[in-house]
Amino acid sequence: METAEREKKFQEKIDSGQKIEAKEWMPDNYRKQLIRMISQHAHSEIVGMLPEGNWITRAPSLRRKAVLLAKIQDEAGHGLYLYSAAETLGIDRQTLINQLLEGKAKYSSIFNYPTLSWADIGAIGWLVDGAAIVNQTMLSRGSYGPYCRAMVRICKEESFHNRQGYEIMYQLANGTPAQKEMAQDALNRWWGPSMQMLGPSDAASANSEETMKWQIKVESNDTVRQRFIDRTVPQATAAGLTIPDADLKFNDATGHWEIGEIEWEEFYRVVKGKGPCNRQRLEARRKAEDEGAWVREAAAAYAAKQAQRQVKAA
Amino acid sequence: MTNTPDSPQGNLWEVFIQAKPGIPHKHAGSLHAVDAESALLSARDVYTRRGEGMSIWVVPSHEIVASTEAEADSFFDPADDKVYRHPTFYEVPEGVKYL
Repeated sequence: METAEREKKFQEKIDSGQKIEAKEWMPDNYRKQLIRMISQHAHSEIVGMLPEGNWITRAPSLRRKAVLLAKIQDEAGHGLYLYSAAETLGIDRQTLINQLLEGKAKYSSIFNYPTLSWADIGAIGWLVDGAAIVNQTMLSRGSYGPYCRAMVRICKEESFHNRQGYEIMYQLANGTPAQKEMAQDALNRWWGPSMQMLGPSDAASANSEETMKWQIKVESNDTVRQRFIDRTVPQATAAGLTIPDADLKFNDATGHWEIGEIEWEEFYRVVKGKGPCNRQRLEARRKAEDEGAWVREAAAAYAAKQAQRQVKAA
Repeated sequence: MTNTPDSPQGNLWEVFIQAKPGIPHKHAGSLHAVDAESALLSARDVYTRRGEGMSIWVVPSHEIVASTEAEADSFFDPADDKVYRHPTFYEVPEGVKYL
């Protein structure tokens, strides 16, 4: 079959709502876009463990500590599901991990911000995981089967992350004046990056046209962001917190909350490596890779020895 | 030699989970492990952190033999023209029950 004809059939299959599976023919760029997106997503889960890991030893109670540990463990699991989904496209996991360690791969910029207070753990669960859920629910309806299935699994687990974050924020916001101030300060710092997190406006998004044609993404960044805003603003109000946006207003005609300008200059600056913690995050990943090498080597040596014994015994 | 890891990440394993007694094991995903024992432990940690399963199978990915999408049409063709394998193919007189 000619490539053009194959591409036409491929597009027809996608347009009819059928999922694409790993072994099927796909355009090179479909594969490339997916590897790019899924590996960035996987890296984000892994790097996302770092800002939260910062607070494990300082969680304010045993309950909070157990919850935070479980959440961070989930993020590791999410990274693994996603690396597996990327591997179905014919790329090796170590290759992807090396790209991250060499600074060649991107991950969600929001994890380049520091977690300065305990309330930041609440803000991450509430806002960052909240935005992630809206985005991932959309992605679960996409065209590539293995990615969608990973998204479904992740979304199921993510709602606990979202709730535990909101619980932290709500309790702080309804605690002492100092606690309330801490919650508001966290919201003030995380709101902007959370708005940026769902990606550039449709008009400015370099990859959106292609990923939407192939239904890797089934809704635009702006649509997903709007859904997140509409969900989150009433949650802030219920907690007695103020969204730090003077232009925020409810539009009676559309039924949507409207926000002021998003700081895209900041977004691109952080994407390009100039956020507060970019260097620290990569250093932590490299250190973990180096210091964990002996564990992988020992496991491999043990497995090889066991295999040899089996051969001898046979 | 399926137990010998050929990369620092270990080999790829497919994970199948039985959610409840009496229902089939279902594919959950895959993972890297150096041997069967560590594959089982990792599968438990990665795929059943919330009581999602009561039994796990792990199978080396390269041991799975699969039909291909490109040949699917001809591969499944023998069943395509045998509508008489379905109960709806047959006429049942009105009023006749339990058929």
